[in-house]
Amino acid sequence: MRQIFCASVLCASSALVTPAYAQLGSFNPPPGPQKTFAIKNARIVPVSGPEIASGTIIVSGGRIQAVGASVSVPAGAEVIDASGLRVYPGMMDAGTSIGLSEIGQGANATVDVSEVGSFNPNSQAYFALNPHSAHIGVTRVAGITHVVSRPTGGILSGQAALVNLAGSTAPQMAVNRNLAMVIELPRSGFGGRGFGGFQAAQGAASTQDVNRTRNRQLDSLRAMLKDAEAYGKAIDAYARDKSLPRPKQDVVLASLVPAVRGQMPVLMVADRANDIREAVGFAEENKLKPIIIGGRDAWQITSFLKDHDVPVIISSVMDLPTREDDPYDVNYGAPAKLAQGGVRFAITTGDAGSDVRSLPFTAGMAAAFGLSKDDALKSVTLWPAQIFGVADRFGTIEVGKVANLVVTDGDMLEAKSSTKYLFIDGRMVPLDTKHTDLNDKFKDRP
Amino acid sequence: MKKTLLLAAALMSVAGALSAQARPVPAGPGTTLIRNATVLTVTKGTLQNTDVLIQNGKIAQVGQNIAAPAGATVIDATGKFLMPGIIDPHTHLMSDAVNEGSLSVTSMVRIEDVLNPTAVNIYRELAGGVTTVTILHGSANTIGGQNATVKLKYGASVADMLFPGAPPTLKFALGENVTRKNSSQIAMPGQPVTRRYPVSRMGQEEVLRDAFTRARDYKATIDEYKARLAKGEKNLVPPRRDLELEPLVEVLEGKRLARVHAYRADESLMMLNLADDFGFKVQALEHGLEGYKIASEIARHGAALTSFADSWSYKIEAYDAIPYNAAILMRHGVVTTLNSDSDERGRRLNIDAAKLIRYGGLTEDEALATITINGAKTLGVQDKVGSIEVGKDADLSLWNNHPLSVYANVDKTFVDGQVYFDRQQDLAQRDQKAKDRAELEKADANQAPSNRRAVQPVLPQEER
Repeated sequence: MRQIFCASVLCASSALVTPAYAQLGSFNPPPGPQKTFAIKNARIVPVSGPEIASGTIIVSGGRIQAVGASVSVPAGAEVIDASGLRVYPGMMDAGTSIGLSEIGQGANATVDVSEVGSFNPNSQAYFALNPHSAHIGVTRVAGITHVVSRPTGGILSGQAALVNLAGSTAPQMAVNRNLAMVIELPRSGFGGRGFGGFQAAQGAASTQDVNRTRNRQLDSLRAMLKDAEAYGKAIDAYARDKSLPRPKQDVVLASLVPAVRGQMPVLMVADRANDIREAVGFAEENKLKPIIIGGRDAWQITSFLKDHDVPVIISSVMDLPTREDDPYDVNYGAPAKLAQGGVRFAITTGDAGSDVRSLPFTAGMAAAFGLSKDDALKSVTLWPAQIFGVADRFGTIEVGKVANLVVTDGDMLEAKSSTKYLFIDGRMVPLDTKHTDLNDKFKDRP
Repeated sequence: MKKTLLLAAALMSVAGALSAQARPVPAGPGTTLIRNATVLTVTKGTLQNTDVLIQNGKIAQVGQNIAAPAGATVIDATGKFLMPGIIDPHTHLMSDAVNEGSLSVTSMVRIEDVLNPTAVNIYRELAGGVTTVTILHGSANTIGGQNATVKLKYGASVADMLFPGAPPTLKFALGENVTRKNSSQIAMPGQPVTRRYPVSRMGQEEVLRDAFTRARDYKATIDEYKARLAKGEKNLVPPRRDLELEPLVEVLEGKRLARVHAYRADESLMMLNLADDFGFKVQALEHGLEGYKIASEIARHGAALTSFADSWSYKIEAYDAIPYNAAILMRHGVVTTLNSDSDERGRRLNIDAAKLIRYGGLTEDEALATITINGAKTLGVQDKVGSIEVGKDADLSLWNNHPLSVYANVDKTFVDGQVYFDRQQDLAQRDQKAKDRAELEKADANQAPSNRRAVQPVLPQEER
């Protein structure tokens, strides 16, 4: 019996798994070497300052070495003539799960976004990230050069990573594999997102029951955070004084120590105004450094967010309004209200992977409804970099920054514009994707 | 539980009272002159500084310096862009149900029986410039039911929204949804999913062949009866009317258009071949994500294709979807249109059209055609809508920027010459609506039970 079972598994693995693997990966051509490049005659949109009508960017060793209207080209540089083209800093989507899920429905084996259980601070997106996901190639040619990829689900979902969208291995891609902790705080009261919230409320006997469950979950979370704090102190104390009892190593609590010390930001998932307030309150009570992700109704509480200096990664720009009497453009217009209210924010697609390439149009839509075009561009370049503390390396075209550059034939946020050259980490990235491959194979089929 | 229901009822009463969005009340079929717009006719190029005169719900004149008739409403459209109303050939807008999922052949059911003309998303589509849609059944069944083509006259009755003279259509579906491979999307929440024939692409072909074979027999019986009646035979017993087969007979006779949800190339081709066997034409492959792999076969059959712009990878059969699909099909001569399949996405089909310039290099007119005239051809209403031409219905959208720009939004949307969306009016009414809401929220019935002045419901004690 056992042999028959094994045989059938082998049969399945040769007949199904192998072709499926070939189908599910390896579409992304590897980037070239970190050479010296000179991008000449380009209209440069540095984001950090005024546009340069015609200028040159020098890239070498993965970094931007020079930018300006009159910059000399070093000997041996590979010259790219960008006449008639524009150069932008690569976009950053700060709210994806890219590489963690290839086909969301009907192919569970390709989905690695969530772990079992509610408290998984040591579950790291970095370890599930598939560098060969077809989503990566398709996303980067739309001008998105680096993203936050995060786990979801449970209460402590795990750790998000910041990755460049080029490289054959996760180590080559990772900028920071322990970028942020993700917390999905249980929602307060009734309602909220999706059928699940409604069902949970229906199943409970009363508001008190709902709140009691929630309080119990919050207490568990508090206890774990306190444990992590104590664990960190014990480890430090032992490091200073080996005569103390040696604390038992705990990889789970160890992973939380940077978060409870405020060294690692915490992405807190919340959409409704109440939930955002609760999340910020919880973070402050536990000395966490919160970043709200979701942020649908953040526009309702801009002064609160400004006063508490909590940034928002807003994922609902393209969503339908949730209330019947909401203005039709309530979500399109939310980023403009955040900007007016002085809230630090970034725009994300909030997509798991395949639709992350809609980031530019999502920011563009916000600009169609009140956000300035400059701010729309910043909301997908400089501002997400600032929120995650990586603006010293990402988000603008300035000397010393990582050379993540997009050369386009038009406004980068416009759906009709095309990418002509792409640089990630100072490497030229081929523009071939799964989609161009299939287009090439079939477009002239008689 | 009781408390939950009360609370829900209270919330609903607020929403209900405010549900009518800031819809301008359409005046009679007045005369309107839209002055000095950039007019994107789609079929006759782009006209600068051009006027469009609307009379009796139709486009009466297109030209420069048109004199305003007495009593006409004049709209200064300087700096603005006028395009035909957007046509979304595949949506489930305003439908309270989509699948009669108990059988795999439900050609007898009709979507027009379950349409909600007050659904607020109609208004939101109008705000995206959409004026005509086909509302289809879902894709749980091989034959899902009879669809409805409607004009988005928000606030009118369903009967008044049905597109006059639009050919009737029938929904077919193939692939993962029909075979219930991703059954969670079809089962009722909390209900176990029952297996139902067919569960494979083999069974799906057989179900279709069986249905059309039965329909052909039914048609023969009817034809025979009619022939004998015509010959003057007396005392004939008329055949029993069959509501399942009647729409299929209409498909066989070319009186009802077949709209076929199909993702993979192989099953799309199966359907085209099956249609050839039975002597009818597939009007359109819906979504047709792998249509590009069999573009020549689709062109030879003469089917149209309603494609997603760039959705992909959300399930197995969508993994080979590419954003170049529409462009490849158009280059092969297939009438290609974009569809939303979503109340959210339907609001921004203009951006989806713009993507086709990036993916596949369509011209601006070709891109616009995928959301206007090509949709009209797919629905069989190209003589009435889909372009700005004299004599066509005045279904128009006026934009503050070129509609293929992401920075554009809709200023006004006209259906049959009447304004059904007006951004300025919408903005002007927001303060009043906020006040109305605040007032309603103060009402006793809308307080949380604990704050009500009226009788307090008794809450059960907590048990430990």
